[in-house]
Amino acid sequence: MGRITLEAVTKRFGDVEVIPPLNLDINDGEFVVFVGPSGCGKSTLLRLIAGLEDTSGGRILIDGKDATDTPPAKRGLAMVFQSYALYPHMSVRKNIAFPMRMAGVPQDEQDRRITSAAKALNLTDYLDRKPGQLSGGQRQRVAIGRAIVREPAAFLFDEPLSNLDAALRVGMRLEISELHNRLKTTMIYVTHDQVEAMTMADKIVVLRAGHIEQVGSPMELYRAPKNLFVAGFIGSPRMNLIDGAAAAEYGAHTIGIRPEHIAVSPDHGKWRGRVGVSEHLGSDTFFYVEDTGLADTITVRAGGNIDLHHGDTVFLTPDDAQMHRFDATGARVA
Amino acid sequence: MARAVNTRTKVGYTVAAWIVALVIFFPILYTIITSLKTEQEAISGFNLIPSFTLSSFEAVQTQNNYWKPFTNSVILAVGSTILALIVAIPAAWAMAFSPTKNTKNILMWMLSTKMMPAVAVLVPIYLIFLRTGLMDTRIGLTVMLMLINLPIVVWMLYTYFREIPGEILEAARMDGAGLRDEILYVLTPMAIPGIASTMLLNVILAWNEAFWTIQLTTTNAAPLSAFIASFSSPQGLFWAKLSAASVMAIAPILIMGWFSQKQLVRGLTFGAVK
Repeated sequence: MGRITLEAVTKRFGDVEVIPPLNLDINDGEFVVFVGPSGCGKSTLLRLIAGLEDTSGGRILIDGKDATDTPPAKRGLAMVFQSYALYPHMSVRKNIAFPMRMAGVPQDEQDRRITSAAKALNLTDYLDRKPGQLSGGQRQRVAIGRAIVREPAAFLFDEPLSNLDAALRVGMRLEISELHNRLKTTMIYVTHDQVEAMTMADKIVVLRAGHIEQVGSPMELYRAPKNLFVAGFIGSPRMNLIDGAAAAEYGAHTIGIRPEHIAVSPDHGKWRGRVGVSEHLGSDTFFYVEDTGLADTITVRAGGNIDLHHGDTVFLTPDDAQMHRFDATGARVA
Repeated sequence: MARAVNTRTKVGYTVAAWIVALVIFFPILYTIITSLKTEQEAISGFNLIPSFTLSSFEAVQTQNNYWKPFTNSVILAVGSTILALIVAIPAAWAMAFSPTKNTKNILMWMLSTKMMPAVAVLVPIYLIFLRTGLMDTRIGLTVMLMLINLPIVVWMLYTYFREIPGEILEAARMDGAGLRDEILYVLTPMAIPGIASTMLLNVILAWNEAFWTIQLTTTNAAPLSAFIASFSSPQGLFWAKLSAASVMAIAPILIMGWFSQKQLVRGLTFGAVK
């Protein structure tokens, strides 16, 4: 079981309130991603749940029991750190065994769980090595192995992939998702990478300055961002945000249109501009269109075969059905 | 990219380096040479070729009883080091892992006591030792040596502990380790190289200490540093014997230092490059 409830949880460092009273429900078995820019309080929130930071107010319930003052060792949660935090003086086997040793799990049961975790994580050949002799990806797998054998109520991941190179990151992302599908244990995952959030989460929690901006499934957030911040944060490349007359035309203070919802034409369309930088990804091409008079650049996603060059004049037509409208406070207009 | 250095410059630098090294090392070399001379040779002026006699060493051993100050040196150096570690490990631990806004100030203040000339507190300490009966006792001197080296020991250990990533300790906590398990199974094994080199350095510092050991002892607790000083006695200077005593005093610590130099260098530069 791994149901976690935050009730008006607050955190202050001195006079600075990094987390204003915050409420959140995390259901058993859910994969929840906390996402937001640096300094938004997402890691602090995770550390509050872990018990590595003390709350300044509010309650944290784990499976209905008040765990606010329970030390981290007693919360039954496992954490995977950004730096892996492996014990450098212990072999992989001893690293993985450590939480079980602390819990007094019998030796034969320890061996059984180590063997099965090592098999699942492809670590069988490395069990007698020290962490220093492993690659980044292998170290991360050891850290995950150490978390799995505890059979925790929930897994906490603090930006676990940010020290890995891009290719490895994609691989590990899949492995963690796979792990979640297999174990069906609650996972809370902190990242600043919205691609990780979109691809892995059942539920995304977008944070800014300690506030929850929006909670929802990845596609809910993508299709109906509650405000300008979420609109700008979720989606890659970013949503185009346009103020002024063009927005007023739609009865909004700001309008937002995603790059894939704009049609490109060399000779006719609603907005006129000039092609700036183009990024050819093969399957897609991203054009950064300048001099539209709407925003600095308008990003447009087009097919891989379109033939436009730097300096060419283009015409853009947004798909009105996909237009997002925001009022002067930045809130979504229905 | 390597800097281009031509052979002539290289030879020039090498020769210069050797000259500087020889000049610095010469007093020690001459002490060793003198220790191998007879007393007549020793006072008869500059001479680099001794008669290779061991009579001075023999005299120092038999007439002046080398082993007593040697034993005292060992007791003082090892004893003060163990005492210092017992006090400094918890102190450094607390400052490294649960710092407050005054931690840096406390560290600076501790280090600043090392900048004060020892003579400044000679009279009060002398009087305290006299009144409490600690004068010329091993226990008094052990405590004294522990106290004078404590700031450096705390500072070194603090630097070491700071290098242990906090996340590893947090991981241990998440893994179910209590404070005792955390210290025993995670922190201490990781800090052992640091504790070892701090120990080595402190043994050397305590062994070589020559101000307090001379001021606060007469015969009973006198270590080797006081033993050497005793050769400049009212009966006159015995250069050959003084040199032999010096060589015998520095030899043990030099040998220890030689064998542990890797550990020592690592300890002194730890955290400097990374």
